[in-house]
Amino acid sequence: MAAIEVDELVVRYPARRGDPGGPTTAVDGVSFEAHAGHVTALLGPNGAGKTSTVEVLEGYRHAVGGRVRVLGLDPVTEHHVLVRRVGVMLQGGGVYPGIRVREAVALFCAHYGGRTRPDDLLERTGLTELAHRTYRHLSGGEQQRLSLALALAGDPEVLFLDEPTAGVDVSGRLLVRRLVRDLADGGRAVLLTTHDLDEAEKVADHVVIVDRGRVVASGDPHELRASGDRIRFAGPSGIDVAALAAALGAPVHEASSGEYVVEAAPEPQRLAALTAWLAQHDLPLADLRAGRQSLEDVFVRLTTEESAATSAGRRRRSR
Amino acid sequence: MSAVSAQARVEVALTLRRGESLLLTLGIPVLLLVVFGLVDVLPTGTDDPVDFLAPGVLALAVMSTAMVGLGIATGFERSYLVLKRLGATPLGRPALVGAKIASVLVVEALQLAVLVPIAYLIGWRPPLAGWPLAIAAMALGTVAFAGIGLTMAGVLRGEVNLAAQNGCYLVLLLFGGIVFPLAELPAPLEAAAKVLPSSALAELVRTALTDPVSTSGWAWAVLAAWAVAAPLVAARTFRWW
Repeated sequence: MAAIEVDELVVRYPARRGDPGGPTTAVDGVSFEAHAGHVTALLGPNGAGKTSTVEVLEGYRHAVGGRVRVLGLDPVTEHHVLVRRVGVMLQGGGVYPGIRVREAVALFCAHYGGRTRPDDLLERTGLTELAHRTYRHLSGGEQQRLSLALALAGDPEVLFLDEPTAGVDVSGRLLVRRLVRDLADGGRAVLLTTHDLDEAEKVADHVVIVDRGRVVASGDPHELRASGDRIRFAGPSGIDVAALAAALGAPVHEASSGEYVVEAAPEPQRLAALTAWLAQHDLPLADLRAGRQSLEDVFVRLTTEESAATSAGRRRRSR
Repeated sequence: MSAVSAQARVEVALTLRRGESLLLTLGIPVLLLVVFGLVDVLPTGTDDPVDFLAPGVLALAVMSTAMVGLGIATGFERSYLVLKRLGATPLGRPALVGAKIASVLVVEALQLAVLVPIAYLIGWRPPLAGWPLAIAAMALGTVAFAGIGLTMAGVLRGEVNLAAQNGCYLVLLLFGGIVFPLAELPAPLEAAAKVLPSSALAELVRTALTDPVSTSGWAWAVLAAWAVAAPLVAARTFRWW
């Protein structure tokens, strides 16, 4: 059994008063699993439906459709059981502005019956020196670390971290990443959301890319990069792509004026054929990129292709 | 330490740490008591103004803690998502409400411990036999005012809630027979003021601590109605985040 199971989840928000648009579909048939011992990242731009998905798993929000299970339990009807086994970090806030760091950690430890010691949590999250500082006097990054400490107070089996490194400085980021890694290595299931590709690539074992409420790709970061292998080059605009495609035995298209993409793995043979063909036609080569793309390339491609497809669909429907 | 007592301790500590809540719960009641208790300028209708003022100020103390203090704090906790975050812990809503009740009672006990000796110092001598009734009225008043404060806290945004609580406080203070008798008001206003929870509580505490056998049935009915209706409305309309 996966620690977290999401199957065809649909979340809608009621229409706001005065808004003629009707209800908004925030999550539109999302499915994925997250396993114990793994860090799973829900990656997507703002408004992709990441927080809505996590809030259903946390029991804060009702699903309109689909089915979710956390540790095999229903997050809404079995909330009282799950709260003891799950740790939550909200995207922001959640702490009394006037409370001191140690006081907050001790309070949350008391809520879980003293399963963890406040001083240990402060040390793990690098907050020992700030123990007597008031929440409102902490920097954004320190506040995030305190929220993370509070999420760990119950020594949870499953952790939901909503944008855990947003606004965190570089050293804080390293600390959070190491902590998240240790938690997964210790057998916890960690589900985090992020819009930061770099973060997802560095910390996650499994990435689920969401956009406009749908999963557009998922896999480990390595697989996702490999799935997008292709050759890109720049040259004069208007090259005969059909002839080039025939010569290379792979589809070629002009992505934007003078920017070409060959949909094939960048093997030396194929690169040689490409440069030879260009030389034969006396065409200059301005730029050539072959090899593994970053997750960013995958992400930008997937999220823009999706939006191009939806707007094309919309145009077709409106005709 | 149990979850509820840890929560209640934090609630009390945070209340006592906030300057504006100390001003409200202790500063204003002490100031009203001392100034108008010593300077006989209000039309209290009693030989010694403190005999009228001290019970009124005790009612005011209950209102400031149970309605304004609790309501403002809870409203901000709602907008800072503290209530939402606590919802993901094993504490649970009934225990959170329980902790808040406990913290209100602790602050009220502190207020009594400060206000009653000051009133004695300026010459107040209520009959000892009246205290059980006075405390019963204050307990009922706590429920009513907490219901009103939480109703506002549960639906209004942080700053709007802050303004609404303070506005209500002022109206309930001025038209509550706390610093001057309702009889001083024009007749229509006096009639309207008689259904306010503040006037009912002030009236009950005052008669209990003057002549305990003659407390008004009307005032008990008014206060009890508020104590039933306000928490029900709060529970039905409260939004946790």
